[in-house]
Amino acid sequence: MVRVIVDGTPVDVPAGFSALQACEAAGKEIPRFCYHERLSVAGNCRMCLVQVVRAPKPVASCGFPVSEGMEILTDTEMVRRARRAVMEFLLINHPLDCPICDQGGECDLQDQAYGYGTGVSRYHEPKRAVTDKDLGPLVKTVMTRCIQCTRCVRFTTEVAGTPELGMVSRGENAEITTYVEKALTSELSGNLIDICPVGALTAKPSAFHARSWEYKKTDSIDVMDAVGTNIQIQARGGEVMRIVPRVNDEVNEEWLSDKGRFSVDGLKRRRLDRPWVRVHGKLMQASWQEAFVSLARRLDGVSGYQIGAIAGDLCDAESLCALKDLMTSLGSPNLDCRQDNAWYDLSAREGYLFNSGILGIEEADALLLVGTHPRHEAPVLNARIRKRFLDSGRGRFPIAMIGHPLTDPTYPAELLGDGPEVLEKLLDGSHPFAETLQTAKRPMIIIGHGALTRPDASAIYDACKKLAIQTGAIAEGWNGLNVLHTAASRVGALDLGFLPGTRGRNASGMLRGDVDVLWLLGADEFPVDKIEADTFVVYQGHHGDAAAARADIILPGAAYTEKPGTYVNTEGRVQRSFRAVFPPGEAREDWRILRAFSEVIGKTLPYDTLDALRDRMAEVNPIFRQIGAVAQPITQIEGQGVSAPSVPAVSAAQEEGLAASAFRPVMQDYYQTNPISRASPTMADCSRVYGPVRAVAAE
Amino acid sequence: MNTHRTPQEQPDSFAFDSASEAEIVTVLAKYPEERKASAVMPLLYIAQRQMGRETGSAWVPVAAMDEIARRLEMAAIRVYEVASFYTMFNTKPVGRYHLQVCTTTPCWLRGSDDVVAACKRATGIAGFGETSADGQFTLTQVECLGACSNAPILQVDDDFYEDMDGPRTVALIDALRKGERPPAGPTINRCGSAPEGGRKTLMDSVHSISENK
Repeated sequence: MVRVIVDGTPVDVPAGFSALQACEAAGKEIPRFCYHERLSVAGNCRMCLVQVVRAPKPVASCGFPVSEGMEILTDTEMVRRARRAVMEFLLINHPLDCPICDQGGECDLQDQAYGYGTGVSRYHEPKRAVTDKDLGPLVKTVMTRCIQCTRCVRFTTEVAGTPELGMVSRGENAEITTYVEKALTSELSGNLIDICPVGALTAKPSAFHARSWEYKKTDSIDVMDAVGTNIQIQARGGEVMRIVPRVNDEVNEEWLSDKGRFSVDGLKRRRLDRPWVRVHGKLMQASWQEAFVSLARRLDGVSGYQIGAIAGDLCDAESLCALKDLMTSLGSPNLDCRQDNAWYDLSAREGYLFNSGILGIEEADALLLVGTHPRHEAPVLNARIRKRFLDSGRGRFPIAMIGHPLTDPTYPAELLGDGPEVLEKLLDGSHPFAETLQTAKRPMIIIGHGALTRPDASAIYDACKKLAIQTGAIAEGWNGLNVLHTAASRVGALDLGFLPGTRGRNASGMLRGDVDVLWLLGADEFPVDKIEADTFVVYQGHHGDAAAARADIILPGAAYTEKPGTYVNTEGRVQRSFRAVFPPGEAREDWRILRAFSEVIGKTLPYDTLDALRDRMAEVNPIFRQIGAVAQPITQIEGQGVSAPSVPAVSAAQEEGLAASAFRPVMQDYYQTNPISRASPTMADCSRVYGPVRAVAAE
Repeated sequence: MNTHRTPQEQPDSFAFDSASEAEIVTVLAKYPEERKASAVMPLLYIAQRQMGRETGSAWVPVAAMDEIARRLEMAAIRVYEVASFYTMFNTKPVGRYHLQVCTTTPCWLRGSDDVVAACKRATGIAGFGETSADGQFTLTQVECLGACSNAPILQVDDDFYEDMDGPRTVALIDALRKGERPPAGPTINRCGSAPEGGRKTLMDSVHSISENK
């Protein structure tokens, strides 16, 4: 620790801190444009000037390391004058278009000009103008506003790992560009909008839609992937206008994937806003009463074994718990949350979690990716892998992949092979990477759904587990055997035991026609034509996607922005979101629909309030009490589900041993993976521009 | 409007020829393998010279920069940044002869305006950055070339023609047009940057200096 004196107050900061960080530690706010705590230091805006006693001139605090006994003055006449001069320089070429600028109200330059701006300009020369760039469908540019802080250049290079932006030319002619005009290929490009301190990079889809101070802001959790990114939903007049990330260092730092940020316009399109009932083969509008009565009639006399439920990828744990309880009261053991037919080791909670945690990536020193492409499946988590790669230094964090990635993973990864047969070579030590894993202190294996949805998933998992034990990836205080989920609801559903009970059918069995009545809770990610023709389908969800068209009764539910919900992310972290807006039309929160219907059939669910339902969830699995943390299992789950894995139903489809076929990518098109993103015109645009990436032919 | 425009006519591909390859080997040998990105500027020069040899226009097309990025295992944008930062790399096609007139204060005081005017007159070029109609000459305004004692300077490609004035500039351009390459250096009676017409100081012997005391 180093003791520095900031404005007369001594503070102890770690050696290696910059003067700016020391000032922050002392509670002093230092204005800045180019400095960003998650990016490298550039020191080119000069706004963070402070006075260091015995230094001959003001110093840029962002790049000035502290030393013992250093005295920093942040509020002297010299500092104020220096900052005013810097601000005057910045404003020479900055346009005065704040009234029509989307950044207005949340602009660093605007805010700091209040403190350091001079009010009048001494310049009569024409301002510099710069042509706008086309960076694709997400990021809008007004390059004349750019103050050349190069945050965007550093973000794309360091965090996103897609070095496409740069500052070309020099001096008066310097500008930020891709040089050869092209759309940014990053799945994290929306974060450029947040890190740009001025209005040079703004959101293209929501351009000129609203002002930042008009929004009603609600904390929520992103459901577009299983990372559980902390988000803030910003709504105006009952409409979600935009979504921005919240800072959570343990989960998403301050980043958000493009799908999570820009799918918002899908929330108001193709919505189910009233119940529908199929009459004589045609869907007819109905009231809730009519829908419930006709569903109750259909269920009357049907044995519990003939009823089944499949949960989708975006469901909150509340609705999953309510649906499970309803199915149990109907006597049905046919429950499944794995519409992709994934296989998990359900003997313990560790079997389906990202055990090392997302933070654990920063401790790992070797990584093996099996059947997963985190750049698409969890862009924010992929940024963490890249961060680890950059922090650890050249060659100190070896990464290997099994399964050909669709795009560049953003870090050098050695491709060991296309199929799981490489695992055998790793196990018997004949592959050189086995040695790398062996020598690593904290090796990590990430198994993706490219592996877990295969018929030989259990063999792959067992091989990985064996490899993990062999290489010390599972050791005291470290569990590096990780499952990377892609569905936001999956871990919560598994924790609640939303799985086939004794003699219960799994998802593929239910689709095959093993049940008469099939209740789909937002489940759309399977070929709908696989459902047997005479199966009666109830679709409860928020979007008129594939499954709704096949349904016999549609119960309109709420999207994730429209209901308070609990989500468990891939590492088992229980997080809660709040309601930002109300569901459209007749649509209702999903657990309320289930509760209301249970009353119609005389099997009233024993909770009337959200709190009571959450108590019930905690009763099913105590992890639901541990909000915010990576929940630790306290006891095994009672009844059907995790403690009683439905081995017979699932293992029937499992093959023995590793198959030789290559891993297939989990998602062909990153931008359209769920009902919301498929309804979003912005995501459709992205899909068109970036194209469904075709698998690279074997070289 | 400040605008960077990548020239429309870009060659589709670029490959280093054997002469360039030989140079690249020498250049790369100077840097450790993991720091080979340091070789970006030498390689840009090699590419530019090769374009000069092959097409008569020494410039660096995007395809060449992409090839350099691939060789040095760096992001293409990093190469674009370097190439566009330094004015000595031409990112758009230039004429066979690249006339670079220094107009910084010492050259300007010594008559660089005449040199510029002569260049324009002799080539028919209207302004800086333009290429003559016959494609032979490109006129560029450059900052201090570091040869102020021999001002004004006209740099043609890599050669300095020093102590220029209007008529000598016209003569030089005429010679270039004929395919001649007059020797570089002072165009007046002087050796290197020594005084015009020979030595001007220290004419006396050491002995006579001490006598004057």
